[in-house]
Amino acid sequence: MIPRPKPERFRLRRTMIFMSSQKPGLIKDAYIYGVDSIMLDLEDAVAENQKDAARFSLYHALKTIDYGDTEVIVRINGLDTPHWQEDIRVCVAGGADGIRIAKCESAQDVKTVEEHVLAAEREFGVEEGRTLLMAALESPKGILNAYEICAASDRMFGVAISGGDFRKCMQTKFTPDGVDMMVARGQMLIAARAAGVQCFDTVFTNLNDEEGYRAEVMQNKAMGFDGKSLINPKQIRLVHELFAPTEKEITQAEKIVRAYREQSAAGVGVFTVDGKMIDIAFIPGAERTLKLARACGLYEGDLV
Amino acid sequence: MKNAVGRDIPDYLLVNGKEVYQGKNYMDGKYIQKASPRTRRYEKPQESKIVATIADALRQCGCKDGCTFSFHHHLRNGDYVANMVVKAAVEELGVKDITVAATSLGSAHDVIADYIEQGIVVGVQTSGIRGRIGDVVSAGKLKTPAIIRSHGGRPRAIEAGEVHIDIAVVAAPTSDCMGNCRGIGGKHNCGSLGYAMTDAKYADHVIVVTDDLVDFPNYPASVEAIDVDAVVVVDCIGDPKKIASAAARISQNPRDLMMAENVAKVIAATPYFKEGFSFQTGVGGPSLAANLFLEKYMDERGIKMGWAIGGICGPMVELLKKGKVGKVIDVQDFDLESVNSINQTPNHFEMSASQYANPANKGAFVNKLDFVVLAALEIDTGFNVNVLTGSDGILRGAPGGHPDTAAGSKCCIIVTPLTRGRMATVCEHVVTVTTPGDCVDVLVTDYGVAVNPLRPDLIECLDKAGIPHVTIEELKEKAYSLVGRPDDLEWEDKVVAVLEARDGTILDVVRKIKPYTVDQE
Amino acid sequence: MEICKPAVAGTLESSDLMVTVEPGTAGIELSLTSSVMNQYGRQIKKTVLETLDRLEVKDAKVTVVDKGALDCTIKARVECAVLRSCDKSDKNIDWGGVIR
Repeated sequence: MIPRPKPERFRLRRTMIFMSSQKPGLIKDAYIYGVDSIMLDLEDAVAENQKDAARFSLYHALKTIDYGDTEVIVRINGLDTPHWQEDIRVCVAGGADGIRIAKCESAQDVKTVEEHVLAAEREFGVEEGRTLLMAALESPKGILNAYEICAASDRMFGVAISGGDFRKCMQTKFTPDGVDMMVARGQMLIAARAAGVQCFDTVFTNLNDEEGYRAEVMQNKAMGFDGKSLINPKQIRLVHELFAPTEKEITQAEKIVRAYREQSAAGVGVFTVDGKMIDIAFIPGAERTLKLARACGLYEGDLV
Repeated sequence: MKNAVGRDIPDYLLVNGKEVYQGKNYMDGKYIQKASPRTRRYEKPQESKIVATIADALRQCGCKDGCTFSFHHHLRNGDYVANMVVKAAVEELGVKDITVAATSLGSAHDVIADYIEQGIVVGVQTSGIRGRIGDVVSAGKLKTPAIIRSHGGRPRAIEAGEVHIDIAVVAAPTSDCMGNCRGIGGKHNCGSLGYAMTDAKYADHVIVVTDDLVDFPNYPASVEAIDVDAVVVVDCIGDPKKIASAAARISQNPRDLMMAENVAKVIAATPYFKEGFSFQTGVGGPSLAANLFLEKYMDERGIKMGWAIGGICGPMVELLKKGKVGKVIDVQDFDLESVNSINQTPNHFEMSASQYANPANKGAFVNKLDFVVLAALEIDTGFNVNVLTGSDGILRGAPGGHPDTAAGSKCCIIVTPLTRGRMATVCEHVVTVTTPGDCVDVLVTDYGVAVNPLRPDLIECLDKAGIPHVTIEELKEKAYSLVGRPDDLEWEDKVVAVLEARDGTILDVVRKIKPYTVDQE
Repeated sequence: MEICKPAVAGTLESSDLMVTVEPGTAGIELSLTSSVMNQYGRQIKKTVLETLDRLEVKDAKVTVVDKGALDCTIKARVECAVLRSCDKSDKNIDWGGVIR
């Protein structure tokens, strides 16, 4: 039995990799690749007549395998299926860090899941509020309701868009420049930031298209995503590489934070660093850069 | 008697000067008396040495009961020739008590497994034992224990007369009518014929079996006509699909790639990684993928590899063609890219098994190796490696050049996943020691790196480079925490295989396994 | 729990196992084959029997074909097969109780 610490609502989630809960060979050690979060899947990766078997595997994997610092999220079946209630019970009983709500379309969907999570926490004697939630937006309605979904619960740590289903609804297909999902990604990002939760991009499915993958990850970073969903461990490295702050960004952030602390101790609110005017509004961004740099192993200082 | 790796060797095997393993370089400086073959003179000029059938050739070479045949394994799992020859000897000449001394045996040789079961083949000497032969030998069906030697140990034993070959059979992709053989230019090419060379020099008789007769002289020859008694032309020497794969592709398995990258990091952290370094890698997933990452580090540092040896495949040939390796010297080829390159691409040469790895000659190539990257079925906390028996005690592997390159190189890196299914690769005691721990320097797994405490210099290198490492005990504990601690295997007294160290001492024995059945207890 | 009808769980993929349970009358009749029989046969047998005991299965024919599965997978497959045989595998599972 592996006791897991209470999950952190806001932590580094650059990469989140899908693994079928039904495949014992896969789920036993997916954490060795240094992924931030593992997404054990009860939904699409599990055949309709194996949903029960996948839950037994999932339960024992959660109870037996030492995932270390890697976050363990479970994707449950949609609320329009007969499976999701038992999915929630097994996640909570097994001690998953969080639940990903598939095909989420409204704040009510989040609240429904939350009620059942709370009931399960009580049933299995798990600390109330321990189990985090995130929502997958897979339909136009989900995107339109993104803000109310993000703000629906204190357990919510983020939203992710699911490209496959969304493109189906929109009657579009993958385009290399991302124009097919540009608006949806943007709307979701704005909603997530407004609600103060994290935001994750969809999977990139063509494992052989290295250039296309790189372009998409760079676009993700430029748009402000916190991370990306992945289907193969070999995709992890590039995200971590591209999401890492540059040396220049780290130095700049260090200067800003250090100068701010010195100046504010002296009672000065606005000052300049390398000729640029800096005030308190720059501090959270600079601190986030340093935290990210530390998580990427690029910063060893003591400012954050 | 216990040997230097703690293995109990039965006294009855320690006769005729046989000793137990005493440690690395124990035989250094000693003299050996080389054995010479008794060969027939063909003084009168012949037009051709071609005979109609294999049986005719065997008769001409005096094949009789108790005969020892040698075969090479350059046709790998596609080989038809060993089976044809043994079958002809048994079915057409009625020969019994045969010993098969092959450079390796595998799934292509089920026919020989049948003859073992029938008691007709009574001895096996080989560097690799896989497939049904492994099963029947493990089941104790061979009359005498199989003798397993490394690729360097085999030419040593042949030269020392410890194995006397009555008839060496050379499967040849091309031959002329006098028996000059090459591994290229024919219908079923295999590239290098390095493993056949010592055998042909030391056998009493040599029969060449080819399916592509070419004009005399087939030159430069790998096996020379001066050593050949007879040439037999057959329809087909092997299955091309199984002789050489189209191209050995670098693994896309993320686990393999992760380990390969760490192997390259370790290499780049040592002082041997400098202009002109020498290198050998196995062809397993992570070993081969190390090529890819190594190239990156070579580019970064602006250095080139001086030379590479070994079993060779495409990725190394690519490096040669790009000018990133000075020379490639090759005892065996694994894919069509290397087959088509040997003796064709400038600076891609062939060598014999003795030149490659023999510990008893005056300095084989392995002795000049900086790095070798090798796989393992198991490795224990003493860094002893097993590449011969599965964790279930059944023979299913090949020491090959593993012990030779490990002993010769300055830095031997073993790369293996921590577990395979439910088998712990890193374990307390390997089933069989095929490469002694004092020859192994670094272990790279998917769960971390460990350095042999015998190499504090390498530990310092890794620390300086900021490469994290743990003790091998920690890796073993991690493995057992994942898969559970296995039960000890149960053995009968009967020895089914004797594993010789490369220097000819006895490194380990494999006994007959007592299989567990659920109804027990 | 009584085995009401034959049921199967698991696959023959590497690191998995296939468990078949059938109604029986003469206690637990276990047939076990495994790719790691010599090293883990005893432990697999123990895990299977303990899991059946926990589920209070008294009489059953149980066939296990193991491909090197970990203990946690063995438990999961045995539990699923037994619960399937009673049509109780898909809701209100006693997680942490009889399933543990």
